[in-house]
Amino acid sequence: MEFADILTILVDGVVYASWLFIVALGLTLIFGVLQILNLAHGSLYAVGAYAAASFTMLVPYFGLPPAFSLLAMLIAALAVALVLAPILERGLLRLFYGRDEVLILLVTYAVFLVLEDVTKLVWGVQPYYVFEPRNLFGNVEIGQLFYVGYDLMLIVLAAICGLAVWLGLNKTTTGKVVLAVIHNPDVSACMGVRVNWIYLLAFFVGVFLAALAGAYTAPLISVQPGISVNVIILSFAVVIIGGLGSIPGAAIGALVVGIARAAAVYEFPEAEIFIIYLVMAIVLVFRPEGLFQRTQARKI
Amino acid sequence: MVNTTLKSLMAGAAMAALGLAAAGSAAAQDDTYKIGVVTFLSGQAAESFGVPAWDGGKLLIEKLNAGEVPAPYDTVGFGGMKIEAIPIDEAGGATKQVQEFRNLVQRENVDAVIGYVSSGDCLAISPVADELEALTILYDCGTPRVFEDGSYEYVFRTAAHATMDNVSIARYLKARDMKVGTFAGLNQDYAWGHDSWRDFTASMAQLYPEAEVTAELFPAFGAGQYGTEISALMREGPDVVHSSNWGGDLQSFLLQALPRGLFQRSQVVLSAGDHSIPPLGKNMPEGVVLGARGSYGLLSPDTPLNDWWFKTYQDEYDVIPVQAPYRMVQALLGLKSAIEKAMEANGGNRPTKDEIAAALKGHEWESPAGMIQMKLGDGHQAIQPTAIGTTAKDENGDTILVDIERFAAECVNPPPGQKSVDWINAGFQGAKCE
Repeated sequence: MEFADILTILVDGVVYASWLFIVALGLTLIFGVLQILNLAHGSLYAVGAYAAASFTMLVPYFGLPPAFSLLAMLIAALAVALVLAPILERGLLRLFYGRDEVLILLVTYAVFLVLEDVTKLVWGVQPYYVFEPRNLFGNVEIGQLFYVGYDLMLIVLAAICGLAVWLGLNKTTTGKVVLAVIHNPDVSACMGVRVNWIYLLAFFVGVFLAALAGAYTAPLISVQPGISVNVIILSFAVVIIGGLGSIPGAAIGALVVGIARAAAVYEFPEAEIFIIYLVMAIVLVFRPEGLFQRTQARKI
Repeated sequence: MVNTTLKSLMAGAAMAALGLAAAGSAAAQDDTYKIGVVTFLSGQAAESFGVPAWDGGKLLIEKLNAGEVPAPYDTVGFGGMKIEAIPIDEAGGATKQVQEFRNLVQRENVDAVIGYVSSGDCLAISPVADELEALTILYDCGTPRVFEDGSYEYVFRTAAHATMDNVSIARYLKARDMKVGTFAGLNQDYAWGHDSWRDFTASMAQLYPEAEVTAELFPAFGAGQYGTEISALMREGPDVVHSSNWGGDLQSFLLQALPRGLFQRSQVVLSAGDHSIPPLGKNMPEGVVLGARGSYGLLSPDTPLNDWWFKTYQDEYDVIPVQAPYRMVQALLGLKSAIEKAMEANGGNRPTKDEIAAALKGHEWESPAGMIQMKLGDGHQAIQPTAIGTTAKDENGDTILVDIERFAAECVNPPPGQKSVDWINAGFQGAKCE
């Protein structure tokens, strides 16, 4: 294998990992704080993509320059989180806190099914395309290949998201409160922490990240029913590899999946789909709790 | 006594009313031909196939019932019987579809079922249709296995199977004298993608025996992200890149490959790509060789029937008809002509399903896409002419197809009694291409 091939695998792997990381970050944050494995996360990603498609249509409508479509996508993700996070967390999920984990899993699966139909009701089954933002950054030559600047921009976006969540959790007072709730919600409540608000905040950020990933993926794809399924499977693989609830774990998990997949496409294309699950199985054999999750004694 | 008389009068009146109602119902049934139409109304295949197919079917049924279709289909409905259609969503998998099929046949008492985009659904439904002795027309699915591995009495497929698409793409490259030293494939990782790639590579082995395969990529169905695959294809730089992708997967691939220059580096060929032209519009890449799984849409022939259908659909929905509505229309017109043929044979009376099945076996009829002939699968599987073209832009920047090559049905479909792969590997023996 030549250096140019290694470089291409790394670039492709990191671009793919960036996309996966933004989705997985929201998933792992919600699990870390609320202890909920949110099967509806893929649907929130899809709603983000649809919302971005609708919001970016307004940019030419108001005669704004194409660069505003990047802002429109951000606003779309924020709007999705502002609308759906309170409805889902306050209106539904809180009723099941403390119940059996399997029951909550089924509830989130029901939300996934409902959101799938809601997107069809709101946006129909026809595809939406968001062409303009992808042309904003031109093309970049790396090695012997051209890459679309927008795709590389996703690496920066993923880094900003990861850093912002990490800094928010570790360097702010609210973040420290969130960490306290993660550690022990009952003791936190006794100390005067409004645990319900922390749950809502964490869920809001998780939904925002899912919608953000969907919004900034919209220019790459045909936005249509069914885009939520594949992403949830992949992001589950990422957080399981990295360790549920771990932000560095999600980053490393995404990188492992992205680079392993890129290497497989180049060297063993027949293993492209299988490789992700092979990596996951190997990690689970040696680290059943994931790469970055500490083994914990079960609370009784 | 009065009471008894009153009771018997009332009973008599009730019986008469029931009798009249039954007679009325029978008369209504005689005037109506009820069909179940099963196609994807939700899920990933809805936008590209299911919804346009149902739109086309709905429109044609409306026109048939009004007697507004040009000759030879200008009689009302099916032989004077009004058509009543019950649409069913194909989403949900084969097990659900078998239940839906039983429901249509045993509860709704439909006279025939027209349906199925998914090859898996076609394979699951066919034996059940024969078990229930229910007249069933498969209108869209592509797998050759339905009649190459099975034999059914009440099941018919009114469109050619997928072998035609890939044989014709390879023949197109040869007909346009394109030089192919290397080629690669990007196909969805399920039966459709693998079968298409198998037929294409086998055809290329016959027509371009020196050409080498440089990459065989099978991303997951619904993958959405193709950056790595595009890099791999561009690194190899094959002369031809083949893809049978469809729907969102195809459109995502095209959108991602276009700015990266794949279409400048390789000749991209799409075996079922026509349905991407309306949604991508001006963003559809130029110079792409594509088929429509028949002479459909922008590849359709210049005939009075096709001119009427193309215009009628475009006027109604403000978009050109692509392959799926054409195949639905093909099925409906095939059923109509078979019913009327059977009717004529039994003195103008409503034919039984066995009489219609007998009429459909080996039947031939004109469709907007050309002559359909039930020549394979012991008269149960259609062959049809097809066409391939290359995308270009007109003066407004809209996508058109140029350099269109037409292929006779018997040039790109196997002869009766031969399996598709064996026919290709044996050098297309018996193909009639002139």
